[in-house]
Amino acid sequence: MKQFFAVLTVLLAIVVLWYVAVGPMNIRTSLDQAERAGEAVTPEASRDRQQVSVWILMAQNSGHIIRGYDLDRPRLPTPVQVGEELWKTTGEMVIKGRPMSKRSLIYHGWITLQSTLWGFVLGTAVGILGAVAIVYSRVVDMSLMPWAIISQTVPIVALAPMIIVLSSQLGIEGRGVPKAIISAYLCYFPVLVGMVKGLRSPAVSQLDLLKTYNATGLQAFLKLRLPSSVPYLFTSLKVGIAAALVGTIVGELPTGAISGLGARILIGDQFGTPLAIWAALFAAAILAGVLVTLLDIVQRLTLKRMGMGT
Amino acid sequence: MSWLIFALIFWAGAWALNVWLARSIYHDSRGIRVFVPVLFGVTLLILWEGLVRGFNVSPVILPPPSMVAQTFANSTDILWQDFKQTVFKGALTGFAIGSSAAFLTAILIDRSLFLTRGLLPIGNFVAALPIVGIAPILVSWFGFDWQSKAAVVVVMVFFPILVNTVQGLREADAMQRDLMRTYAASYMQTLIKLRLPAAMPFIFNGLKIATTLALIGAIVAEYFGSPTRGMGFRISTGVGSLSIDLVWAEIAVAAMAGTLFYALVAMLEKAVTFWHPSQRG
Repeated sequence: MKQFFAVLTVLLAIVVLWYVAVGPMNIRTSLDQAERAGEAVTPEASRDRQQVSVWILMAQNSGHIIRGYDLDRPRLPTPVQVGEELWKTTGEMVIKGRPMSKRSLIYHGWITLQSTLWGFVLGTAVGILGAVAIVYSRVVDMSLMPWAIISQTVPIVALAPMIIVLSSQLGIEGRGVPKAIISAYLCYFPVLVGMVKGLRSPAVSQLDLLKTYNATGLQAFLKLRLPSSVPYLFTSLKVGIAAALVGTIVGELPTGAISGLGARILIGDQFGTPLAIWAALFAAAILAGVLVTLLDIVQRLTLKRMGMGT
Repeated sequence: MSWLIFALIFWAGAWALNVWLARSIYHDSRGIRVFVPVLFGVTLLILWEGLVRGFNVSPVILPPPSMVAQTFANSTDILWQDFKQTVFKGALTGFAIGSSAAFLTAILIDRSLFLTRGLLPIGNFVAALPIVGIAPILVSWFGFDWQSKAAVVVVMVFFPILVNTVQGLREADAMQRDLMRTYAASYMQTLIKLRLPAAMPFIFNGLKIATTLALIGAIVAEYFGSPTRGMGFRISTGVGSLSIDLVWAEIAVAAMAGTLFYALVAMLEKAVTFWHPSQRG
């Protein structure tokens, strides 16, 4: 309860700071608009205003500050404007019965979600298989582990355009597959590291006990190593799904995609509609929150069933 | 065809050698620990070369590593110019500003339990968000030159470092703090002599995550507008103009810069947190 209250206070403080920042961020744009509307502005010429700091502008034109809170193309929109835009492109579309229209963020979110989930599945599979290979084979451990670390220090955005060029040359239509590969690239590493730790977590005495039972290697894997790695797995899955979403958005941003939340950001930038960018950003944040929360619930349920719940 | 056969034979041979080395009694020695992964990497490059030449893949689609190396050697001045623009001006400036801002914020927040409680969950959440998306907004705020790239990097590295530092500062346990109190240590003394050192493994964890993010941020921001230099600029125009070998050379630079940056921070970590169990080996 104390925690909840504290988080709420901090959130409130952020919103207040945001509102305060909107004034100085938008004052120049609002003064330009006021000038065009024929209202009195000091200094009068737009070029003179460039020389004056925003604080002086705000002091001299205090009547026009309020205009900055309701611009069509603000440099910094207010939270309410972002919320309205978000509602216009999600809830209102549903009410109108067109939730999958090209203008709806639900449609774009769905595209992004699909790539994210494919990348997540692919990355998790690669991560788990890699971890098993690393735990059971010293050669793989020695030769693969350093490269796994190096792979994460390589900025994936540099590779992203090449992955898209290559997959289109291999005859793969659309952007689903390359986006999934990029998100798997970011997603596999936390899973790999977590699973290596988890599969190695059983104590020597436990492994010895199974040996006295004459258990085969497969039995030891299924009955001891795999179950004891589950808490580690879920912790890294939560990191992994967030990374997969980042990967998908990175895959959409620089590559001229036309659908997906990343593409909305790109298009919003090209058409100069900051509200669309902000709405897409918040949609992505909500998506990330929902995905991580879902995994958290699955984790709690699973661990409880396994008798490892807290 | 002969290229393909050679690559496959090399692969098999290198794998056999690695298996033998890993099973030999020397597998724990430093030399072998470095040699095995390096041989693995070289094998990948030779396989790539063999596959591309064996199947006659057009260099416009996927150039062989030898061609990339040649382009790399021929265009070092362009690569160096891009490296300076993206890594030194964009990524490193942003990294320095962002990490010191996060560090100072963490120390300020830490004085209030209420703020810590409120900010940790939010910081954790924000650190998991796809913040790269903010790049076009910051580019339109700060212009096309390196300032906007640094700004993107600042925002991207801020939260992981903030969260890790705040968590690290809570690492010193009650017993140790009580000991400092019995010494009549002031707040600053406790901070500098006990809590900051205890937080260092966490802080370096955040810094290591941030090294990768810094390069990603600087490169992504360049896709949204940049002066006619920079790694992101070169990659996006190179893909368009089909100079794919230059793009791969640029990727190689990015990869090396990322690895080097990470290695530097990891080395610094080793020097600072030599006392920590994970470093004693």
